[in-house]
Amino acid sequence: MTAPAPARPSPDRPSPVRPETAGGGRTVLLGTVSSDAHTWNLVYLQLLLEEAGHRVINLGACVPEELFVAECHRHNPDLVVVSSVNGHGCTDGKRLAAVLRADPALTAVPIVIGGKLGVDGRLTEAQVAELFAAGYTAVFDDGADRDRFLEYLCRLELPVAGRAP
Amino acid sequence: MSERRGPFAAAVAAARARGELVVQPRMGFGDPAAMRAGLTAVARARATTVGTITLDSYTRVGDQAAAARALADGSPLNGYPIVAHPVEVTRWVLGAAQEQGVPVQVRHGSARPEEIFAALLRTGVDATEGGPVSYCLPYSRVPLRDAVDSWAHCCEAYTRLRDVGVEPHLESFGGCLLGQLCPPSLLVAVSVLEGMFFRQHGLRSVSLSYAQQTCPEQDEEALAALRRLIDELLPELDSHVVLYTYMGVYPRTTEGALGLLGAAARLAVRGGAARLIVKTPAEAHRIPTIEENVAALEHAARVAATERRAVTSAPDTGIYAEARTLIEAVLELSDDIGTALRRAFERGHLDIPYCLHPDNAGRARGYITAQGRLAWARPGRMPVRVEHPVGGRPAEMTSDGLLAALSYVATRYDEATPPTLGPAEPVLELTPGRRHNRTSR
Repeated sequence: MTAPAPARPSPDRPSPVRPETAGGGRTVLLGTVSSDAHTWNLVYLQLLLEEAGHRVINLGACVPEELFVAECHRHNPDLVVVSSVNGHGCTDGKRLAAVLRADPALTAVPIVIGGKLGVDGRLTEAQVAELFAAGYTAVFDDGADRDRFLEYLCRLELPVAGRAP
Repeated sequence: MSERRGPFAAAVAAARARGELVVQPRMGFGDPAAMRAGLTAVARARATTVGTITLDSYTRVGDQAAAARALADGSPLNGYPIVAHPVEVTRWVLGAAQEQGVPVQVRHGSARPEEIFAALLRTGVDATEGGPVSYCLPYSRVPLRDAVDSWAHCCEAYTRLRDVGVEPHLESFGGCLLGQLCPPSLLVAVSVLEGMFFRQHGLRSVSLSYAQQTCPEQDEEALAALRRLIDELLPELDSHVVLYTYMGVYPRTTEGALGLLGAAARLAVRGGAARLIVKTPAEAHRIPTIEENVAALEHAARVAATERRAVTSAPDTGIYAEARTLIEAVLELSDDIGTALRRAFERGHLDIPYCLHPDNAGRARGYITAQGRLAWARPGRMPVRVEHPVGGRPAEMTSDGLLAALSYVATRYDEATPPTLGPAEPVLELTPGRRHNRTSR
């Protein structure tokens, strides 16, 4: 697993990253937690990831954990992106990561989570730590920006060994 | 008609007769004491109010185990779990507002709401909202066929409230859909079609919705179109129009948020809506508190009291005709409204812009014109007019363009006011590193 990204945005933000320079060519599985009905975040992230040259499978609203696992098996993604804004992201996200990580085929795939993950604004340090402990590779709490996400994509050492380019 | 109104519809009708706009929050807490306190505060607000119990997302998706688990271990819930709480608890929660004569509506967002309707019947709540399309396609992954069947059963079950002498009231959420970037004709058409679906399945008291969009003049025209279509197509029902304060990305500043809420209150009065669902300045950041909800209700009521119903109608740009064409295209597909709706989405005769649901064709796109109006960029297979901007066709939506369009209203209202102190909070989980132009392309 790669080193976790910082859970808070850096105040000295570098210049904007263009999506097209942010890696590219990966297969990204995108979805939200089972209780979250919001999808504008998913529509936006799909466009952003596609502009960066990635192939996106967008699972849409209210994704059951079993469906996330099944779609991982079906598409063998290089990265799993979980985005949630309904306030249950921390609770449901931990459960989702536990289910994904319990699958022997999914112990190494990077899984990131971001959005409005709690009902009280920003997450506490303890909640962020719990998400990492549950198996996330990076946590983008409310306040994370587009550039930090794209930078993360650039430097992510995605496990592509043994995969056709 | 009065015998055909339960407490909720009767309160709205009485306010309307007095020339007052009913204001209503979106409010839900997992803790019964907080929920009861919230309803009490809404009932006591200096405004003509009705109360709301907004349900939590676990209850919405039917995951009662998760709701019960959260109650047991104290995990925070984003609404009131009406199925998980015992009937006596919910009766106690409702009691305070009822004692003050303020009726309560349950708002949820469920595509398969059988358990929720069963809870409403057990507790005697006479008003709720949703619809087979509006609570399925934008907010779930339930097949549309299943949502149509489920909502048909639930409507029929809800009419059993008449056994205890109460006329149930059902509001269509069709005037919102995804909240943003859907031109008004489709919002109006879905709202009316869901009203017709409710009538087919036994409801006699309904409200039809419309959500505030990007342009007050266009919204006023849309409300007029909605009222005209109700008169033409649902004349025998007890009905009223409900306006939702902007359902998209909300302004981050208090001034911007109150400005937008005030605009919604004025639009509601000018456009002949009887009820307004408010939003609070906390909206862009987190779930609002009881006090913030009360403040928003009182602000909206104050603004509404200064506005008068429009005497001249908004210029007709074709919203009524387009909505009527959409409705007729659906009704041609079957005598059964649910079947007609299902076929319409299958064939793309109805197509919600940017909706990811597998049963939505996903070919249509809306955009914001240089004049700030919503228009069709791509019609899909719908009988709607595509408006080409000066100098060509609308560009394909990019991530930056989408963010600018989604933030159009928030940015306009935030920038019309002095900036607040302290760092602004982001409105989406990923905000752009630089500012966007105020208009989309």
